[in-house]
Parts: sequence; C-alpha cells; structure tokens
Amino acid sequence: MSTNMKRHGNEEVLPPAVPIACPEALRTRHIGGVVLDLQHISLAFGGVKALTDISFDIREHEIRAIIGPNGAGKSSMINVINGVYHPQNGKVFFRGQQRHSMSPSRIARQGIARTFQNIALFKGMSVLDNIMTGRNTKMHSGLLSNALWWGRARQEEMAHRHKVEEVIDFLEIQHIRKTPVGRLPYGLQKRVELARALAAEPDMLLLDEPMAGMNVEEKQDMCRFILDVNEQFGTTIVLIEHDMGVVMDISDRVVVLDYGRKIGDGTPGEVMTNPEVIRAYLGTAAEASEPTLGV
Amino acid sequence: MQFFFEVAVSGLLSGLMYSLVALGFVLIYKASGVFNFAQGAMVYFAALAVVGLMDKGFPLWAAILGAFVVMIMVGMATERLVLRRLVNQPPITLFMATIGLAFFLEGLGPLLFGSAVRAIDLGIVDEPIMAIMDSIGIGISKFDLFASGMVIVLVALLALFFQKTKVGRALRAVADDHQAALSLGIPLQHIWAVVWGVAGFVALVAGLLWGSRNGVQFALTMTALKALPVLILGGFTSIPGAIVGGLIIGVSEKLAEIYLPPVLQDLFGGNFGGIEGWFPYVFALLFLLVRPEGLFGERHIDRV
Repeated sequence: MSTNMKRHGNEEVLPPAVPIACPEALRTRHIGGVVLDLQHISLAFGGVKALTDISFDIREHEIRAIIGPNGAGKSSMINVINGVYHPQNGKVFFRGQQRHSMSPSRIARQGIARTFQNIALFKGMSVLDNIMTGRNTKMHSGLLSNALWWGRARQEEMAHRHKVEEVIDFLEIQHIRKTPVGRLPYGLQKRVELARALAAEPDMLLLDEPMAGMNVEEKQDMCRFILDVNEQFGTTIVLIEHDMGVVMDISDRVVVLDYGRKIGDGTPGEVMTNPEVIRAYLGTAAEASEPTLGV
Repeated sequence: MQFFFEVAVSGLLSGLMYSLVALGFVLIYKASGVFNFAQGAMVYFAALAVVGLMDKGFPLWAAILGAFVVMIMVGMATERLVLRRLVNQPPITLFMATIGLAFFLEGLGPLLFGSAVRAIDLGIVDEPIMAIMDSIGIGISKFDLFASGMVIVLVALLALFFQKTKVGRALRAVADDHQAALSLGIPLQHIWAVVWGVAGFVALVAGLLWGSRNGVQFALTMTALKALPVLILGGFTSIPGAIVGGLIIGVSEKLAEIYLPPVLQDLFGGNFGGIEGWFPYVFALLFLLVRPEGLFGERHIDRV
C-alpha cells in the first residue's frame, strides 16, 4: 500500500507545486451537534473486510474529511452512509434515531445527497435535465398529471426550474446549460454533478473525490464552491479527497482510514502529527526519510 | 411512377405498424437497459385479452379498457415478481428472464382467453378512400390511415412524456445510471413498474391494430421479430429512431418485393418470391456494418 501511495505521491501526498489557494474561510458558521453517528461499523464482501469496527460522528454544518490510502475503505464508508451498502455490524444514528437498513432513495429523501468518484451523470441528457433530476425528491405531482402535463405538474416544473437556475448561477455553469453532459470536459462534469446534488437542497452532502483529475485552477474553483456551499447554506459536508493540501485547508475534522480500520480522527493539525497516520501514508519511518504530510 | 408511389405509400403505412412494435422495445430498453424479448408475446397477450373479453360478452370499448388494465397488471407483476429480484444483475440475465416471460405469456394467454383465431373488428373498413383515389390516384386504405394516426399520436405523447415531465426525466435517469438515480431519491421499482405498464399499453395498441388486420393468432408474436431490423436501423434508445426505422423498413421491403425479383432473376436465374420476408434482415445486417449504433442511437465513447 505504501508503494502504491508513493507512486502518485508527488501530486497527492506532497504539497502541490502551485499551492491551492483555498481561502481560509471566514469561519463564522457555528458547528452544531452530532447529526450522523456511526458506531462500530463493519462491512465485508464475502471474505474481504472492507470496514472493520469503525466509529466516528459527523456534526451539523461541519466539513468532515475522510482520508486514507487507496483501498482504505473511504468510498465504502460513503456508501454505508448513503445506503448503498448495509453493514453487517454496527449502528447508524441519524439525527439521534437509529437508522435501519434503508434504500438509497429513501435516504436521499432524508436530505443526504452525494457525488460519485467516477462521475455518474446521465450522459445522454443535457446539463439542465441532469440538474433537474436532482429536484426529484422535492417534486410531488403524480404520475397521471405528469402524463397529461397538467396544471400541477406544469406549475411545479416551472417553480423547480427556477430553483435549478439558482444552482446554475451559483456554480457558474450558465454557458453550458443546454449541452449534453457527455460532451463536457471532465472538470465541468464534476461541477455539474455537484450542481445536481445541490439541486436537492441537501442537509448533508457526500463528496467522493470531488477534485480527482482536476488541474490546479479547477481545484481552486471546486474548493471555493465547497466552502461557499458550506457557508451560505450551512450544508454539512463529508469529503473524500486525496489532495492533502485541500483537505487540511478546508476541513474541520478529519478521519483517517487504512485497510478498513480507523487510525486517526481529529482536527487537521492533530491528524497530521499522528504517527500512525504518517506511517500509513509514507511507509515506515525508515522508508520515508522526511515526513512531509500535506501543508 | 404512379405505381411506385402507391407501393411506397403502402410501405410507409405498414412501416408505422412496425414502428409501434419497435416502440415497446425502445421504451423498456431506454429505462432498464434490457432487451425485452417478451414484447411480441405482450402484443399477442394484449390482443388475446381483447378478443377474450369480447367473447365473454363485453362491448369493444369495455374489452379494450379491460385489456388495458390486464396489461398494466402484467407489467407491474413482471416488475414485482421478476425484475425486482434481479436488480444489479448483468443485462444478459435480465434478457434471459424476458425470454422466460415470453413463453409464460404465450402459454397463459390462450389458457385464459382461448386459442382460436379470431378477428378484432374496430369498425374501420380496410378499403381505399375514394376521395384520395380520385384526386391523386393512390389507394390509401381507411384503416391504414387510422392506424397511422394512432401511431403518430401515441409517439408524440410518449416523446413529450419522456422529454418534459418529472417522471419521464426520472425514467431516462434510471436508464442511464441506476446508482446515481437512486442517490437522487428516484425509486427504481416505481419507475420500472411505470415503464412496463407503458410498454404494456403500447403492446395493447399494437395488438389491436395488428390483430384487426391479420387476426389474433400466435403469429402475432412473430411481428416482434420484424421490429428487430427496425431497431437496428433506428437505434435501441431512440423513439424517433423507432419511427424512422419503421418507415424505412416498411418502404424498402415493399419496394424490394416489387422491383428486386426481376433483377435477381437476371443475375441468378430461378424464382424469387417472398423477398419481403427476408429483405429487412439483410438490409439491417448491411446497415450494422456501416453504423452499428443506428441512425439515432447514442454512440458510446469511453474515456480511457
């Protein structure tokens, strides 16, 4: 695993050549109580243990990062939160109530939206239509009125279209509104995916590597958007990201996973000096001459 | 030239009937990525339901309404009993399941509604409209015109439904990416039930039109096979493609039937009849070589 990390260590572990200027946010927002509490989560696929006895919590309005080397179980963790995977052991408390296994679509209705590591946009549809699908949980017109394109369905469509335009303005993607997403460059697709998630007006946003494969400029933009979402809408953000500079800059608290176990949890400062974390990222002390972790 | 046009027009009209069957395939393929082998069986089943209910003494409109309810139920039952258990399985598994469904429906239909060949009388005569005959000299049957009108209305409604409404958008979303659709709170099961219901409705319209033209008989399931070249031409995911593909197949097979035999006879000797039967498939095969994704299909470009 350590060799694996070192392979792309240059861009991901070491500070980037051009520092990503994530504006040190004006931390005016106030971090609330625990919204989501994960207790002793274990998840296995056949004999493969993806997650072993992991506990951590997520507080309202905070930016919570999940980091770890490849295969550490970060995406599995997001998939547990979002209901794609059902852990064999452990409990999930959402807003103080224990959550039993539930389908992703029910969870989406509870106000948890997400983006995917490998962009999962609807390729044949336009940017606008993609973002409109994000409004699905908020639209209540029935099948019949939809089929007949009747009063309520029509008015509803207009109202939601308005909301979607706001999201489009917010993420500065007005110019590509009508383009089929399949034709957009990677960075913009990531942004459209964020827009679709935001259109649902979620209380909690799960971002699975929102900046993977982006250039410095795109990363800066994305960084700014994440902070703005968090500040302006008070959205709780759970973030998986490889770029340590970004993670350390924008997150309030960081969970570190390695081989499906939790090896660190705390503020960026605490995590960075945690010897176990340094070992996971840079191999043993003997292998790594210089413990340069992030900023 | 007069004759040529007459053949072409009759081809266009029968082409629309192929489109109708192809439409059922496209709907399900769009929304679940499954090639529904049972579409032909559904057409047969729907037509049987109509004649079966009429045998029991229902008037035509009530029988159609009843058959509509039956088809919706078949669609929903398929979702609940078959598809729900196969979520996240590879497409080939789902395809195999639809083959099973086809045999099941082909068996159940005659059992419930009787297997004797019967005709559906929609009350529209299949004879040329004199007014058109007189003015431009091309014979267009009243029935063909009515059928074409039905198809056009149906297609326009479906296209609007898919493009403009929440449910339509959710359908397209599910077709594109299950996981992403689920993460947006789109309930997969609900959407599939809707799609199979709509496909059942399209099958009913097809069953009514084909059944009243050729009689309700087992051969109706074979009409589904004619939809294959239509789909190859139009692309599996495109509603306009199904229409255009149907028109092209209809016209080309009728023209080939008339104009090809003399040519082939000169070349190879012998007797060439029934070209209509195989021409669409050969045509589709050649077309595959040129444009595998169809006229309107989505070309897949993978990021490497």
